Amino acid sequence: MGYRLTKKGLNAALTDLSRQYKLYAPHRYVNQGEFSDTDSIRYGEIKTADDMELLEKSSHTFKEALIPISETFFFFTEDNIKESERIHTGAVIFLRSCDLHAVKRLDEIYLNNGAEDYYYKRLRDKVKFVLLGCVSSFENCFCVDMGTNISTEYDASLDVRDGQYYIDCKFSDWDSIFQNNAEEILDVVPSHVDQTTIQVSLPDTDTINTEKVIKNSMWDEYDTRCIACGRCNFSCPTCTCFTMQDIFYTDNGKAGERRRVWASCMVDKFTDVAGGGSYRNKHGARMRFKVLHKVVDYRQRFGYHMCVGCGRCDDVCPEYISFSHAVNKLSRVAKEG
Amino acid sequence: MRTNEYAPFLSKVLSVQKHTDIEYTFRMAYEGIVKPGQFFEVSIPKFGEAPISISGYGDGYVELTIRRVGKVTNEIFEYYEGDSLFIRGPYGNGFDLDDYRGKELVVVAGGTGLSPVRGVIDYFASNPEQVKSLKVIAGFKSPSDILFFEDIARWKKTSQVILTVDCGEADFECSIGFVTEHIPKLKFEDVSKAAAIVVGPPAMMHFSSLELMKIGFLEKNIWISQERKMCCGIGKCGHCKINDVYVCVDGPVFNYTKGKTLID
Ligand SMILES: Cc1cc2nc3c(=O)[nH]c(=O)nc-3n(C[C@H](O)[C@H](O)[C@H](O)COP(=O)(O)OP(=O)(O)OC[C@H]3O[C@@H](n4cnc5c(N)ncnc54)[C@H](O)[C@@H]3O)c2cc1C
Ligand code: SF4
Ligand code: SF4
Ligand code: FES
Repeated sequence: MGYRLTKKGLNAALTDLSRQYKLYAPHRYVNQGEFSDTDSIRYGEIKTADDMELLEKSSHTFKEALIPISETFFFFTEDNIKESERIHTGAVIFLRSCDLHAVKRLDEIYLNNGAEDYYYKRLRDKVKFVLLGCVSSFENCFCVDMGTNISTEYDASLDVRDGQYYIDCKFSDWDSIFQNNAEEILDVVPSHVDQTTIQVSLPDTDTINTEKVIKNSMWDEYDTRCIACGRCNFSCPTCTCFTMQDIFYTDNGKAGERRRVWASCMVDKFTDVAGGGSYRNKHGARMRFKVLHKVVDYRQRFGYHMCVGCGRCDDVCPEYISFSHAVNKLSRVAKEG
Repeated sequence: MRTNEYAPFLSKVLSVQKHTDIEYTFRMAYEGIVKPGQFFEVSIPKFGEAPISISGYGDGYVELTIRRVGKVTNEIFEYYEGDSLFIRGPYGNGFDLDDYRGKELVVVAGGTGLSPVRGVIDYFASNPEQVKSLKVIAGFKSPSDILFFEDIARWKKTSQVILTVDCGEADFECSIGFVTEHIPKLKFEDVSKAAAIVVGPPAMMHFSSLELMKIGFLEKNIWISQERKMCCGIGKCGHCKINDVYVCVDGPVFNYTKGKTLID
């Protein structure tokens, strides 16, 4: 069912929702940007419509709400292992179409690839999604080419036009919440973009000669350009890699914990094995590994592309390395055969 | 109840066999079906986890042959008979004995690479009627690095074993040279139907496979086992991924036709 709400109405609905859920949405952190006098737009817990940054793209994604940057699995005491406590409140995540498509990628790895991930599943079961409509595309986005510009599998959608908020609610439990606060009941179709300024042409993953592409010199430029900082991975809504860590608490060596921490295939040590061995030492090889994963081998394994075209990797790279540019080059190289 | 695959369980150390100063085999209590070439994540709370291959198995136990090289494995060496370690698994595909039944089988192993295939060799050495023939080429750096002396002596009763060291003195037990140098000396009735398992460091597996093909082995009759950094063992952490393959769930054992396409 669709609804039109005023800001006051939306705030009342958000208050209702927050009785059951924590609400996560893009939030503008003033003066907390990377550079002087710049803001940072990241996910945070919100209470009101004004807490949400609905006009710009967030540099960080929602995924922290599903895969915390550092997540404790077990607490250790001298002779006991205790599982970390589950969170009982549900969560509502406000996100754009590309990011909602990214959730499918997270699910694929954490729920379907090998055994189900217990910690992901216990958070995931409690999460609902509100789609934020996109009126026009942002810098570096290429969702249309990735087929992620339209989303239909949301619990509700939210669009803001002329100070009015438009909601399409698909989760019937919420209808009363919106209905109680609505000005009008009407059909609402969330807005989406049909074109982006950046365009990518994708390689044909059925015919690509991976060995040849890997050996192509196109990756060499990244040996020196890329500084292996990993920001492209940490800002990517589809990256899922982590490292397991055991730690001692410094004040009490007998206690400690086992946790997982986000990891990046662009950063040193990702492949290190005992005795000094490691793979993909050159940064170009890491770039190649990442790009092929996003637009070649993930599709070969799961049937659809991993990258959702959000453009955040390009937004955040300190060396101005363009992922979409690399994909286009890869497609040319792959065609040459 | 949903199971937490990350939750390790306690397993008692039934016995410890010392091969070298840095390589011990821990026989651990375990009830359940395992395959040679699968692995467990062995852990010590506050130190961490390490993937370790199953080097042998039997009623109520699995054997893990561990080389001490760092944080976790050093700590494991502080554990003895009667103590318990945390383990979770088994993970990975392991070797499928049916791939080798009724064939002329050769196993080429380098160093600790012998441990994931030890279960396969043990099985066919004890059930020699299930293969046409069994040959083993086991290579080590030096005589003091040799693992599984007693097993090798037992295997020799029913199979041809070539024990070789990279350098040192040859005696009638042990020859000199890399494993690859011994491959051309092997004799088969019909090499095009013979099967081979090659396990060891990446370069050793590469050159041994090439050498096997030179004497007539078909690619599809060669199997290798890969080792990569692994944090989860269940297709989540991404560390072991190569191309479209997760070594922990799709491997670590690969037929060479797939194994050769994996480029790090
Ligand atoms: C499928 C598989 C089977 C293995 N079988 C055996 C075996 O039978 N016997 C044996 O002695 N060793 C085996 N290894 C190697 C063993 O896992 C490493 O030596 C061990 O993880 C080192 O841990 P550490 O903490 O002692 O060393 P550190 O150097 O302190 O380890 C640092 C980190 O790197 C990781 N790591 C280091 N080396 C490896 C590696 N080769 N593979 C995966 N992760 C690594 C560890 O998880 C750890 O987090 C196997 C590895 C794999 C992947
Ligand atoms: S690879 Fe880049 S564009 Fe694609 S989903 Fe990840 S951050 Fe977005
Ligand atoms: S953000 Fe840029 S410099 Fe940093 S690892 Fe990614 S490509 Fe390299
Ligand atoms: S070990 Fe984690 S994905 Fe393979």
